[in-house]
Amino acid sequence: MSTENEANHNGDGAEAAENLPDRRGSERLAAPVVRTGMFGATTAGDTSGYGGLRVRGSAPAASSRPFTDPEDPRTADFDRVADDLEAALGEGAGAVERIVVDRGEITFHVRRDALVEVVRALRDDPALRYELCTGVSGVHFPDDTDRELHAVYHLRSITHNSQIRVETTCPDADPHVPSIVSVYPTNDWHEREAWDFFGIVFDGHPALTRIQMPDDWHGHPQRKDYPLGGVPVEYRGATVPPPDERRAYK
Amino acid sequence: MTVTEDYIDASGGDWDEVIERAQATSAERLVVNMGPQHPSTHGVLRLILTLDGETCTEARVGIGYLHTGIEKNMEYRTWTQGTTFVTRMDYLTPLFNETAYCLAVERLLDVTDRIPERAEVIRVLVMELNRIASHFVAMATFGMELGATTVMTNGFREREMVLDILELITGLRMNHAYVRPGGVAQDLPPGAVGKIRELLKEMPKRIQTMRKLLDENPVYLARTRDVAYLNLPGCMALGVTGPLLRASGLAWDLRKAKPYCGYENYEFDVPVSDGGDVYARYRVRMAEMTESLKIIEQCLDKLQPGPVMIEDAKIGWPAKLALGPDGMGNSPDHIAHIMSGSMEALIHHFKLVTEGFRVPAGQAYAAVESAKGELGCHAVSDGGTRPYRVHFRDPSFTHLQAVAAMCEGGTVADVIAAVASIDPVMGGVDR
Repeated sequence: MSTENEANHNGDGAEAAENLPDRRGSERLAAPVVRTGMFGATTAGDTSGYGGLRVRGSAPAASSRPFTDPEDPRTADFDRVADDLEAALGEGAGAVERIVVDRGEITFHVRRDALVEVVRALRDDPALRYELCTGVSGVHFPDDTDRELHAVYHLRSITHNSQIRVETTCPDADPHVPSIVSVYPTNDWHEREAWDFFGIVFDGHPALTRIQMPDDWHGHPQRKDYPLGGVPVEYRGATVPPPDERRAYK
Repeated sequence: MTVTEDYIDASGGDWDEVIERAQATSAERLVVNMGPQHPSTHGVLRLILTLDGETCTEARVGIGYLHTGIEKNMEYRTWTQGTTFVTRMDYLTPLFNETAYCLAVERLLDVTDRIPERAEVIRVLVMELNRIASHFVAMATFGMELGATTVMTNGFREREMVLDILELITGLRMNHAYVRPGGVAQDLPPGAVGKIRELLKEMPKRIQTMRKLLDENPVYLARTRDVAYLNLPGCMALGVTGPLLRASGLAWDLRKAKPYCGYENYEFDVPVSDGGDVYARYRVRMAEMTESLKIIEQCLDKLQPGPVMIEDAKIGWPAKLALGPDGMGNSPDHIAHIMSGSMEALIHHFKLVTEGFRVPAGQAYAAVESAKGELGCHAVSDGGTRPYRVHFRDPSFTHLQAVAAMCEGGTVADVIAAVASIDPVMGGVDR
C-alpha cells in the first residue's frame, strides 16, 4: 500500500470516527433542550399522548471555507473580507472564534476581550474600511450557559459597499463587554440602550447610564427573565389574559 | 471641596427662587430644560441647554419619555402581528418600518426571492408616497417652529393629499400594518391608480409652491444658512445617514447601494448637497420628493396583474379582502374555498391565524432607506412562531446624538433649527 493510500485511509478513518453513532449521539444530547412535548403547548396538557418528547437545539454552528457561494451573489465578498480581516489582525487573528455564513449574511464571533482591536482593524484597515456602525443590539439567551448575553454589531463599509455582523458574548455572572465608543462614537447611545435593556456593562463607555427607562428603575426589561406584565381584560363577560399568559406555540 | 463651576438650575420650581439665586451669584450661565413638553421639540424630546446669555455652550439630550416597549411586546405576538407594532414606532414613516421588519422576516424564512413582483412594486409605491408625506411634515413643523405658519398649513395640506391615497389603499391614514411578511395585506383597491395619477399631476405644482415660498426667502435663509453645520467626518463618526448625510456631500442611499424590493429597476437620482447646514438638508429633502414622484410614476407603469402575497400556504396570510356588510374581511371567495372547497386550505388558515408560521432559527439584518436615514431591523428567531428578539436601528435615535455637535457654540434659536433639520420622531427614537 502506498503512502498516499494510507493517508487517504487515515483521513477517512478520522471522518468515520466523527460519524460514529455513539459520538454523534453524545454530541446531540449535550445540546440544550429547546422544546418538550409534541406541539410545544405550555398552557394545556399535551394531547398527543407523548409529552416526553424533548427536541434539542443545534449546537453553535460554524461555517467553513469557502464562505463565498458562487450561486449566491450576496456572499460574493465574504472570502475576501475574512482574508483581509485575518491579515489585518495578524497574530491576533485568534480573536475571531468562528465565522458563520447564514442566509447571505456573515457573522464574525469575536472574543470579548479582543473586540476593540477587531473593530478598530475593521474600521481602519484600507482593505476593510467599515466606516459606519449601525449600533449594538443585545440578545438574551438564558439557556446558552456562560454565553447568556450577546452583543451584536452591524458594520457597513461605504467604500466597499459591504455589510458584516460582529457578535460577542458575555456570561450573566460577569456581564462585561468593552465599549467601542472610542472607535465608533455613534455607539454611545446604542450601548446605553443595551445596558438599559439587557444589563450588559460596556467597560470604558464615557457615561453608561439608562437611556429609556427612568434612572431609578430596577431590572433590565428586555431580558427573558423580566416579565412583560399586563392585566387581564374583561370583555362581555369573558376575560382575556395578559399577552404573556395567553396560549403560546413553540 | 472645590467648586469648578457655579450654575443655576432652572429646571422647574419657584421662579422667584431661581431669580434670587441668579442675582446672588456672579454666574452668567443658566441651565435650561427645553422640553419634554415644548412645542418645538417634536413630541417629548428634552433638551438640557447650558446658556451663556443667548449662546448655547452645552446641549444635552434626554429621551425615553415615549418608550412603549414595542420590541419587548413583539416577543409575545406572532411574526405577522409584529407589523401592527412596528408601524407605530416612527409614526410618520410607518410603511418603512413595516417593510424593514418584513424584509428581515423574509430573509429569516429565506423567501426573499419568492415575493410576488406586484407586491414588491406596491411596497415601493407606498414607501415613496410615505417619503413625500414624511418630508412635508418635516418642512411643515420646521416652518411652524420658525414662526412661519403658512409653511406649516401648506405642508400639512399637501401631506393630506398623500394620506388620502394611503387611506384608500390601506384603510388608515397612519399605522397601516399594510406590508406583511410575504407580501402586502391586500391588493390596490379600484380607483387607486387613478388617484395616484392625479397626485402625480398636482404634486409638482405644490412642491413648486413650497419652494417658491422658501428657496430664496431672506428670513428663511438667515435662519438656515450656515446653521447647525455638520461635515462628512462628523456624520460618519456619529452614524448619521439619510438626508443629513447627503446634505454633507456623500451620495449614499441604500436604495442604490444595497437595493431591496427591486429598487435596482427604477431610474432616479440621489440628490446631494455639500452645504452641511440646515438649508442644505431642506434642499435635499425637497429634491428627494421630486425623485419620489418619478419612482411612483415608474411603479404605476410596472404594475402587472398578479398575486400580492407569497404563494406558500404555510406562510401567506389570505390577502384577498373584501368589504362585507360587517366591514372589511376575508373575501366570500376565500370563505367558500376554505369552508367547502379545500380541507387543507381551512387547516392552513386556522393554523396561520391561531399559531402563526414558524421561522427557522437564526438571525437577519435588513435595512431600508427610510425618509430619515438607514432604518435597520435585526430579527432573531429561535425557530418558534414568535420573534425571539427584534431590534430596530432607528435613524432618529442615532441622529439625535448629533445635537451637541450641531448646537454648541450657536444661539438658542439655532438649536430649534438644528433639531428640526434632524426631523426626529420620538415614537421611533424611544420605541
